[in-house]
Amino acid sequence: MTGEFIAFFILSVMAIGGAVFMINFTRVIHMALALAFTFFSIAGIYLLLNAEFLAVVQILIYTGAVSILMLFGIMLTKHKDEDQGSIRPMHSVLSFIGVAAFFGVVMWIIYQTPIAGGTADPKLFGVAKLGETVFKQYVIPFELASVLLLVALVGAVILAKKEEK
Amino acid sequence: MYLTSYLALAAILFSIGLYGVLTKRNAVIVLFSIELMLNAVNINLVAFSKYGLFPNITGQIFTLFTITVAAAEAAVGIAILIALYRNKGTAEADKYDSMKG
Repeated sequence: MTGEFIAFFILSVMAIGGAVFMINFTRVIHMALALAFTFFSIAGIYLLLNAEFLAVVQILIYTGAVSILMLFGIMLTKHKDEDQGSIRPMHSVLSFIGVAAFFGVVMWIIYQTPIAGGTADPKLFGVAKLGETVFKQYVIPFELASVLLLVALVGAVILAKKEEK
Repeated sequence: MYLTSYLALAAILFSIGLYGVLTKRNAVIVLFSIELMLNAVNINLVAFSKYGLFPNITGQIFTLFTITVAAAEAAVGIAILIALYRNKGTAEADKYDSMKG
């Protein structure tokens, strides 16, 4: 029972709890808030894995930007904010069986495969090393990502613009 | 073994996200569930970058790019959803059936 295990246990219970609440809530706004909580817990998981910069980015982008974007989406589209679930009860039962089978197979593979692995030296990580690698080895994908963000920005504005008759 | 616990957590979150995509009717929540699935995959990448066979910072950089692409995807998805809502008058995913044969 090390400290890392206790922290991992608490954070994973928070993350899974938020996701399960998202499935069970009926009001759309509550679902969005539960998922924001899940993303917040995943930031804690990143901290456990020595990815401090990613944890901060996760909080900024997911619990900040994407959650607010989704809340705006709910506000702009939905007026009676209740989600009635699937129309046919068979649909959700079949989905549950399919997802459960998928989950079982994945868990079986995870626990059967002998994963040879070591533990990284924590000195290998850190923001300085991350920045060095991004701007030396991965500088072209980094620039491509900025182009992608620009294209997405322009595309989103054009798509959401009110079209003139 | 730490790596298996992280992989199991990611598998659980991915499955919950997949179930949400398949069963939720509100299209905004469907998009949000896709984000949850992407996050589960990111946990895998970061876990392998610490506990994998060749522990390396590349996993974290890959996650950084995944987060960028996911943010762009969410923005374009919401824009498409608003355009659809303007045309169809509803935000429920099962009402978008104009391509049904």
